[in-house]
Amino acid sequence: MKPFEPEIVAFCCHYCAYTAADMAGSMRIGYPPNVKIIKAPCSGKIDAIHIMKALEKGADGVYVAGCLEGDCHFKNGNNNAARRVKYLQKLLDEIGVGGERIAMITMSAGMGGRFAETAAEFTEKIRKLGPNPAKTAAGEKLEKAIA
Amino acid sequence: MITAERKPMQEIIDYVSPFNRILLVGCNECVTVCAAGGRKEVGLLASALQMSFMQRGKALDIQEITLERQCDPEYVEQLVNYVDRYDAVLSMACGCGVQEVARRYKTKPVFPALNTKFMGASEHQGIWAERCQGCGDCVLGVTGGICPIARCSKRIMNGPCGGSTKGKCEINPDIECAWQLIWDRLKMLGLEDRYEEIMEAKDWRTSRDGGPRRIVREDLAS
Repeated sequence: MKPFEPEIVAFCCHYCAYTAADMAGSMRIGYPPNVKIIKAPCSGKIDAIHIMKALEKGADGVYVAGCLEGDCHFKNGNNNAARRVKYLQKLLDEIGVGGERIAMITMSAGMGGRFAETAAEFTEKIRKLGPNPAKTAAGEKLEKAIA
Repeated sequence: MITAERKPMQEIIDYVSPFNRILLVGCNECVTVCAAGGRKEVGLLASALQMSFMQRGKALDIQEITLERQCDPEYVEQLVNYVDRYDAVLSMACGCGVQEVARRYKTKPVFPALNTKFMGASEHQGIWAERCQGCGDCVLGVTGGICPIARCSKRIMNGPCGGSTKGKCEINPDIECAWQLIWDRLKMLGLEDRYEEIMEAKDWRTSRDGGPRRIVREDLAS
């Protein structure tokens, strides 16, 4: 059996987190290839359903990366995103997937180092948690059906 | 609007667990406005149920549909092309919508996904508060537009009671004393005299005490 490699989806806002990821590249700071970035105009644009669908379709962890507190380009999109993540954490706890599989992270556009650091930290956290239980059970059933 | 909140997930999961094909029906009216059962919430619940079933290795065929209104037969009729393909209906409407779906599709199990709460208004984004109890004989015209039945904890008609302190209700400091609000508003309108008028004991027969109510408009009923 292959060792577990988490699939992470990172929704990054254009003005800070996405630029920070770009900065990490320019600074030649590596971060785990497990993290798949989806660029959004603002972290406040990330709806609860985007996070849920990412998990439903097989992500082991999802995080939303927005601007630092008080620095949102659209005033308070990052605060809205943080509230949505908190709401979804409760829902994910209720259905047994676990709220700790999602997170809200903030950074400025210049924080290439922080982007790489948080990507690595989150990947390790999810690695410890193991695969998304919804995906695992569904996958096992499929494997049995094929066998 | 009629306000509602989603039921705990475990209760919803227990309802639908015996089935594999679920028709999840939202409502575009009140429950959309109070963010409990509109198209967005239908999508979230469908995704959550899908993941819950996946964890148990069970396949779930879930169809999402949001009707314009679930409390009107014309709109509930639109489910006719879907209902037969599903084992059960999970409704995200208020209790009126759930019952209308159950009445129309008698042989299909229908479950509520929401707890219907009260008739209320938005105080701020994300906060709703009770404003009307549907007593059937509105007194807002003499109470400065503030309802003592819905907003006074004791439903006192000639208040306030001794528990009113600094404009707050004794049962919870977050609840404003309705009679303080009434007095302040009457004063603002220069209608203090109205406060002195004693309201007689209310006839509750127009409320729920007279049993389930109906409205018949003969000019409209066919």
